[in-house]
Amino acid sequence: MISLTNGQKRPFATLSSNGEYAIEVQELRVHYGDFMAIKDVNFRIERQKITAIIGPSGCGKSTMLRAFNRMNELVPTAWTEGEVLFQGQNIYAEWVDPVQVRRHIGMVFQKPNPFPKSIYENVAWGARINGFQGDMDALVERSLRQAALWDEVKDKLYQSGLSLSGGQQQRLCIARAIAVEPEIVLMDEPASALDPIATLKIEELMRQLAQDYTIIVVTHNMQQAARVSDRTAFLMMDEDRAGYLVEYGLTKEIFTNPQDKRTEDYITGRFG
Amino acid sequence: MQDEMTTVAKGSVAVATGNVVIDAAVDLRKRPRIREALIQGFLFLCGALSILTTVGIVFELGKESLSFFSQQLWEDTNKQLVVAADVEMTTFEIVEGGKALQGGDIIRINDEVMRIVVLDGGLVTVERGLQGTRVVSHSAETDIFVSNKVSLTEFFTGTKWNPQIGQFGIWPLVTATLMTSAFAMIIALPLGLSVAIYLSEYASDRARGILKPILEILAGIPTVVYGYFALTLMTPLLRKVLGAETVQIYNTASAGIVIGILILPLVSSMSEDALRAVPRSLREAAYGLGATKLETAVKVVVPAALSGITAAFIVATSRAIGETMIVAVAAGAGPNLTFNPFQSAETMTGHIVRISGGDLSYDSIDYNSIFAIGLMLFFVTLSLNVISQRIVRRFREVYE
Amino acid sequence: MADQQVRTQGTASLPQGEGFQENFAARHRAGRVWYVVFQASTIIGIVVLTALLYNIVNGAFGLAAIQNEVNPETLAVEGVPLDKLDKQHLVDILQQNLSKGLLRRFESEQPFAERTREDVYDLVIERVVEPQVVHTWSLYDSLFRRSAVLAAAAEDYPDARIEFMSWIDPKFVTTPQSSDPEKAGVRTAILGSLWTIAITIVFAFPLGVGAAIYLEEYATDHWVNRIIQTNINNLAGVPSIIYGMLGLAIFVRALEPLSSGTLFGLTDPTTANGRTIFSAGLTLGLLILPLIIINGQEAIRAVPDSLRRASYGLGATKWQTVWHHVLPNALPGILTGTILAVSRAIGETAPLIVVGASTFITVDPSGPFSKFTTLPIQIYQWTARPQDEFRNIAAGAIIVLLALLLALNASAVLLRNRYSRRVRS
Repeated sequence: MISLTNGQKRPFATLSSNGEYAIEVQELRVHYGDFMAIKDVNFRIERQKITAIIGPSGCGKSTMLRAFNRMNELVPTAWTEGEVLFQGQNIYAEWVDPVQVRRHIGMVFQKPNPFPKSIYENVAWGARINGFQGDMDALVERSLRQAALWDEVKDKLYQSGLSLSGGQQQRLCIARAIAVEPEIVLMDEPASALDPIATLKIEELMRQLAQDYTIIVVTHNMQQAARVSDRTAFLMMDEDRAGYLVEYGLTKEIFTNPQDKRTEDYITGRFG
Repeated sequence: MQDEMTTVAKGSVAVATGNVVIDAAVDLRKRPRIREALIQGFLFLCGALSILTTVGIVFELGKESLSFFSQQLWEDTNKQLVVAADVEMTTFEIVEGGKALQGGDIIRINDEVMRIVVLDGGLVTVERGLQGTRVVSHSAETDIFVSNKVSLTEFFTGTKWNPQIGQFGIWPLVTATLMTSAFAMIIALPLGLSVAIYLSEYASDRARGILKPILEILAGIPTVVYGYFALTLMTPLLRKVLGAETVQIYNTASAGIVIGILILPLVSSMSEDALRAVPRSLREAAYGLGATKLETAVKVVVPAALSGITAAFIVATSRAIGETMIVAVAAGAGPNLTFNPFQSAETMTGHIVRISGGDLSYDSIDYNSIFAIGLMLFFVTLSLNVISQRIVRRFREVYE
Repeated sequence: MADQQVRTQGTASLPQGEGFQENFAARHRAGRVWYVVFQASTIIGIVVLTALLYNIVNGAFGLAAIQNEVNPETLAVEGVPLDKLDKQHLVDILQQNLSKGLLRRFESEQPFAERTREDVYDLVIERVVEPQVVHTWSLYDSLFRRSAVLAAAAEDYPDARIEFMSWIDPKFVTTPQSSDPEKAGVRTAILGSLWTIAITIVFAFPLGVGAAIYLEEYATDHWVNRIIQTNINNLAGVPSIIYGMLGLAIFVRALEPLSSGTLFGLTDPTTANGRTIFSAGLTLGLLILPLIIINGQEAIRAVPDSLRRASYGLGATKWQTVWHHVLPNALPGILTGTILAVSRAIGETAPLIVVGASTFITVDPSGPFSKFTTLPIQIYQWTARPQDEFRNIAAGAIIVLLALLLALNASAVLLRNRYSRRVRS
């Protein structure tokens, strides 16, 4: 069992060699019909760390992120090759239920998208459909506290989620995502639609959340990646517009002493 | 530039507007464009014609209904004068038996209209010469008629509709309308919503390409063809399944089911529009939480589209209530107050069509009565439509 | 099945967290069940349409038992059978069997001397032999239970001959109405429909498009304009029978001098009242007016603003912009919508019955002030009759009506597709 900072205990099934890594990506290729969007990606994401994915726009960062919880499949023409291992199991295996994958690997989207329901219901809904039998009030409070939103909404839990400001809505979406107790939270440019102050709040939140969850964040904002993440992956597009991994390593190293010239060019702003 | 200016200046025009002289190169004044104004006026009238239509509907329906409710019908009381009455008398002796009279009743003997002041056994004291009629003498054994107006209470609470003999209760027609509409709703609402969910959440483009035209075709078939269908296929089917003794040849169930089929495309297309208007990001959010397709469709998308779906239901109900030909062909002729859907009964619309299809003289009681029914129909359907518009406007979900 | 086991085994190793009950199997099962339910409900639509078409075709074709009033064999002259007799003998037969009055009438319509032998033969068959349809069977029965049908016919109608009839044939469309189901055709009804729709279009199209132009191009946010818009939206939802009553009260009654044609001295001698094609056309016009307006508004709204701005930028007036740029661009959309509204009007029955369609006319309408009947009304009247044969010709008339509507709607779809292709290119 591992104890989380909020006092909760959670079982952690395997502590095999793949127990250190939240996700292991092996020879990943993502296609949309005939078009290859992601090419031959290999790397391993450590658990309970923040990993940032950066790169020029259009290079496939979002596509790769969505490959981690099989959200690409919502597009009918998408298909994947390679393996994405989560807790030693390939989430793309024949027998795997994508619905369950998404329960364990949650997602926060670029534009806040709370349900047109009450704040309480927004947080409770995911847990409820996943069979939560325990104290819902406690779960909602816990999730909202972890998302640093509880104090602001505790008196208006039954108001519509859409009545909150943009930054609050995004934190609500984060609370919603962690209410189902995933292991990993994927964040697709979570602060890009928010103002600078709300952005800082989100970044702070990410650091707190990393104590309990593995965070993988896509961002086009290099400074954000540098501030917030422990590891960084740099993606680029080749001539066929397929995205591929150029470099992956400790954030400190990537930003001060990149191995690859292309990384250096991007970091120093020569393109992108 | 300099040259241009000079050239322009050479051709300048001195324009006088009031006291101000403008030394201008071009004339920028407004000029009256009569043709434009006329055209705009004509177009406005085109638009205003619609108001004229509504005014016309309300006016005509109202006028004839008013006429209906204020019309005086003379009912034979089966009483007669026992003794001849001359112009001086104010108390008459009348026969016992026949229809009971009361003080205050308006009666008519020959052409003279009177009002009963006091009724005492066989003797009646009257006020004579009312409603502009002349006071004349009447011979013995003349029939006495009593005035029988249609009262609003009788209209709304009476249970028999037979204008010829003075019965004006609208309930038989209303219950028949309610029954056919209820059947129609039971068929069309669940099925229509189900089809809409399938088309918007599950169907591939190819499936949608086949199904939507089929629904459009169903929607475009004239109602009289549906009536034929109800009579020649649905009724025999019901009779075979439930027995020919239970189900009459003309019945409201058969008509109601076919009306349901008629409005199914309406429910499904309006609901589908509402469902598709829900932004994709909401569905993604639900999937991201590990929801199945069913849970996303039913617990996120449908609630998010609820106002549009409700509006669809209400509009469809209004359409079912106003449907005429299917009931005219298959439901039966002749008002019949019953809650048995397998018997024949006449709805409000079916009644109007039957009466006006026959010989109809203006200002007869039948003519006016159909306008009264029509007025009620108009208000009911109008209210439903207005309510549905209000719902959409007030509860239109804000998604962002 | 092995898959299932592996699946549960695989996922059971994923932690559930405190308080969560595993319920994936149940949820997926529910999902599958409801998917089938949703799919089935769409199939119902297809099933109903098929049933409808089957029902109609079933009624329009089939075996019929035809019995002759007079056995043609008894009319043979000197051993020569009826169908081989020459014209003079046929005329003799007519003179022997028909009343004087009838003979006079035929003679005055067209003298026997001028008629061809075939004409006279037809008359003999029609008037003397008088074949009657005594029973009909559905197409299904006629094709798949033929022997049973023949047996029943031999038993119930021993004198009748069994013939396969298609109640809809080219003659059906060109013959006028008749009280005899075998002879009746829909020509009167079709012409009535066409005349009525012509008036409807002439009335509703300019007014509807005009109102749409006004509301989209000229109307400001004034309260009057908002009322007009709401009003039109409401009118679109009023039951069609109410329009019939409006037409009855206004066009037929209040405007009788106009609608009966007395004003123009063109009254139909048999009517002399307002229940004419004119009233019917105007009533339907009012009915589809809101549809044309709403559709026209959408078509005009779809015209890109850049087009208008280009026109204004050149100094054009509003009307010039509308007439030369907006309307031509919106025209395909307007036409498509109008065609759809017209096909709705063609199928309308209730309002025209209220306005006063004639229950029985055999003469083709001669102008807007004639008595009228329309195709859907004809269908209604035939369906309402008790005899079986009337159902058959009702089915035939339905096929004609559906064919007409199909042609109209197909042209609307073609127009829409050509238009969208043009815009895209």
